[in-house]
Amino acid sequence: MSTLPSLTQAIPEMFVLGMGCFILVVDTFLSDRHRVVSYWLSLATVAATAWLTVAVAQTGGLLTFNDMFINDSMGNVLKLFTYLVVALTFLYSREYLRDRSLFKGEFYVLGLFGMLGMMVMISAHNFITIYLGLELLSLSLYTMVALDRDSPVASEAAMKYFVLGAIASGTLLYGMSLLYGATGTLDLTRLGMQIAESATINVGVMLALGFIIVGLCFKLGAAPFHMWLPDVYEGASTPVTMYIGSAPKIAAFALFMRLLVAGLGGLHVEWHAILTVLAVLSMGIGSIVAIVQTNLKRLLAYSTISHVGFILLGILAGTTEGYQAAMFYVVTYVIMSTAAFGMIILLARKGFEADQLEDFKGLNDRSPWFAAMMLMVMFGMAGVPPFVGFFAKLYVLRAVIDIGMSWLAVVAVIFALISAYYYLKVVKLMYFDRAPQDSKPIQADFDMRWVLSGNGLAILLLGILPGPLMALCARVITF
Amino acid sequence: MPVIGLADIALMGSLDMTNAHFPILSVLLWLPIAGALVVLLAGRMAPKSVRWLALFFSTVVFAISVPLWTGFNTGTASMQFVENIPWISTFNVHYYLGVDGISMPLILLNTFMTVLVVIAGWEVIQYKVAQYMAAFLIMEGLINGVFSSLDGLLFYVLWEAMLIPMFLIIGIWGGPRRVYATIKFFLYTFFGSVLMLIAIIYMYVKSGSYDILAFQHMPLGMTAQALIFIAFLVAFAVKVPMWPVHTWLPDAHVEAPTGGSVILAAILLKMGAYGFLRFSLPIAPDASHALMWLMIGLSLVAIIYIGFVAIAQTDMKKLVAYSSVAHMGFVTLGFFILFLIFQKTASTEGTVMGVEGGLVQMISHGFVSGALFLCVGVLYDRLHTRDIKAYGGVINKMPAFAFFLVLFAMANVALPGTSGFVGEWMVILASMKANFWIAFGAAFTLFLGAAYTLWMVKRVLYGPVANNHVAEMHDIGKREFIVLGLCALPVILIGVWPAPLLDVMHASVTNLVHQVVQSKL
Repeated sequence: MSTLPSLTQAIPEMFVLGMGCFILVVDTFLSDRHRVVSYWLSLATVAATAWLTVAVAQTGGLLTFNDMFINDSMGNVLKLFTYLVVALTFLYSREYLRDRSLFKGEFYVLGLFGMLGMMVMISAHNFITIYLGLELLSLSLYTMVALDRDSPVASEAAMKYFVLGAIASGTLLYGMSLLYGATGTLDLTRLGMQIAESATINVGVMLALGFIIVGLCFKLGAAPFHMWLPDVYEGASTPVTMYIGSAPKIAAFALFMRLLVAGLGGLHVEWHAILTVLAVLSMGIGSIVAIVQTNLKRLLAYSTISHVGFILLGILAGTTEGYQAAMFYVVTYVIMSTAAFGMIILLARKGFEADQLEDFKGLNDRSPWFAAMMLMVMFGMAGVPPFVGFFAKLYVLRAVIDIGMSWLAVVAVIFALISAYYYLKVVKLMYFDRAPQDSKPIQADFDMRWVLSGNGLAILLLGILPGPLMALCARVITF
Repeated sequence: MPVIGLADIALMGSLDMTNAHFPILSVLLWLPIAGALVVLLAGRMAPKSVRWLALFFSTVVFAISVPLWTGFNTGTASMQFVENIPWISTFNVHYYLGVDGISMPLILLNTFMTVLVVIAGWEVIQYKVAQYMAAFLIMEGLINGVFSSLDGLLFYVLWEAMLIPMFLIIGIWGGPRRVYATIKFFLYTFFGSVLMLIAIIYMYVKSGSYDILAFQHMPLGMTAQALIFIAFLVAFAVKVPMWPVHTWLPDAHVEAPTGGSVILAAILLKMGAYGFLRFSLPIAPDASHALMWLMIGLSLVAIIYIGFVAIAQTDMKKLVAYSSVAHMGFVTLGFFILFLIFQKTASTEGTVMGVEGGLVQMISHGFVSGALFLCVGVLYDRLHTRDIKAYGGVINKMPAFAFFLVLFAMANVALPGTSGFVGEWMVILASMKANFWIAFGAAFTLFLGAAYTLWMVKRVLYGPVANNHVAEMHDIGKREFIVLGLCALPVILIGVWPAPLLDVMHASVTNLVHQVVQSKL
């Protein structure tokens, strides 16, 4: 205990922390004209963190900080995808924020701190670390939602998010304390062993399981704990929505893996049943309620809920293939969702938000290229081949059929069918309707156009060649 | 002489063919898609060249597909022109292409009809020409892939992907109710196919591969077979379409542009019937046997009831659409009557005839219904209505057109000497071996088909010139003449000399029937 823990494994985290503070300080010395320095520094930080993560991954060394921190390949791959998505969010949001005089260093600093929270969550190996990471992420998110402080909608959304988020954190914490009371440990491995050894099921442990699942599902946005999601998605400014809607899903997936699989794997039978109900509810609510939405951000919020249901399908299967499927689903989903929000940002202009479905009317007339990109996103989310969303669904469905729950697969595809309707509706608006007379051509910077195009094409390319990404998921998940 | 089994031949074939030969099927799948990208790019840079480029690519693809026919070995039932490389190793999915006598003619039908569609849209389509042509080229490639894929997942991917261009074609270039029609089309087909996906995954989980040929030889219990059969039935019945899931078809046809209708009727409907032969029958023979009466019943309902429905139509496109449903009923009847004939005669001879009749009917209907939709398109381009009542006495103003319309109408009512006769006659003859009353019911359609088709022709073509609009109509131009002429050629050719087509199919169909009549239990 007296020796200093090995710090090597946590170098990326420490680097982000240092850079976050550094940018915060630098930013105070910048005039608005030079604000872009903070932006570039943040992007450089993300890139350097990625490089550090790869470098640290090669040094080996699994656990550190008295086993509170784990540095495994699943964590590293998930982190790399998190960096990618955060970097995309930064890039897409630059022009949008500048047009609305929200282009402040705080956005990027909070983004970096949120990313640090996610990194800690992904690498956590102890309930305390998990909670630390989660709270760091959540607090950054609450603040980011409230960043546009003159907007009543944003403030309302931030308030709602904060109150509900605090309850969820409390629930999670309560579950953790119950577990500690029952088993006397907060370490995931030791906890897992204790639960596996105990022959009878402890009521305290069962209660704890319930509280932990509620907390997790709130963070992931699974029904019936989804109420905050549409309001926050709609109220927050689009770059913040994009941030909330993408990278944290990866971290939440890691949380499920660490808590439920590594920690409470012995209770699989119990959480399998709970997650089955939650998955069906999420797919159902996400698919059906989305149909009546007219705001694209709200629609994407409900679509997220339904996708979360599919992710849960993979987790509840409780097999290695199921976890791999869920990871593949999460990664591909965030790629699609980033592209979708990127499109909303692309169409927005100074003083004009493109978050209504109507705003996509006749996009094929205005820009056939970006209409095609959005088409790929929509068909990808609907799970129509050859786009990658199909393979994500296929992967989880296979996992579910593998454990003999074909009926659940049938339920899932029926909800997928229902949700196809609203994705088709967006395509219909873009292709079958004519653009209004006063529509202006798309204004966007060169880099945004290129990156968004790459993001859209990735949905197609990963669909034509999903093999490498699947193999990657299969390699890093060995539970 | 040593006995060489079928499997050995297949092995030899795949060994020296996998890498050595020109990957003709891959070219047929990817070249149209590459062509579509070129067309889209040209739409931006040189809009004038778009039509010629599309024509160029579709003709080249057709030319490349001809060696499938000329180089086809009619003596074997095993797959030919095989290409097999691993695609997704995690799932053991292969990029596995190959054709037999059942799928090869359908590919040729597809490449041929796409050329016609490109020519047919030459002047009619003025809005977003590049996207229109590109959509058809992409669809051509995907459909070629559907007919040639021997991997279940690859098949599913292409089968579904094909919906996207069709969805856009109906939605962008369609009629006034195009949005309703195209969303209905998409959701109906999507609903059918997702259940098929579950069945395919189920078989993968059981067998460890997506190889369709392995599915066919996989032992399956009755319950599993029945569930698989029903899952596939939903997918294929929607596509064929069979009564009562046919209701998307009239809507889609009426709203689709002429080219869309042609491809829908000529190719897309055939995908469903092809699915029965490739999946349902060989994978679940016992379930097919047990549910035979359901299938025969649905087919007869399609033939007779939909025939009556067609008579009542006032919209020409709807009439042809319902006639398609009725004709496809013949195809499914020919397939599923197989068990009945086998029970009665205990030989596979008659059964082979029924299935071959169904297949010939598929090819023939591809040309005939495509041509009929083109004819309706010709009329629509002139008067902008498809209402039969708006026409009358057209023959006085458009004699050349009248010649073609009468020809295709005769083929639609299965007049001897046209391609329509061969298939229907074979199916009725085969049904006769099974059950007189089924044959009677099927033959009834000849009368019904004549009623609705000829009555329409009479009302449109003959009589005095109905109104001033008709009086101003001008006869078909060179472009329309070429399109209709190209359709007429195979209709007559197959009608007077069907032997080459039957030769191509014979080995594969015989092999299939032998497979199907053997119980898997």
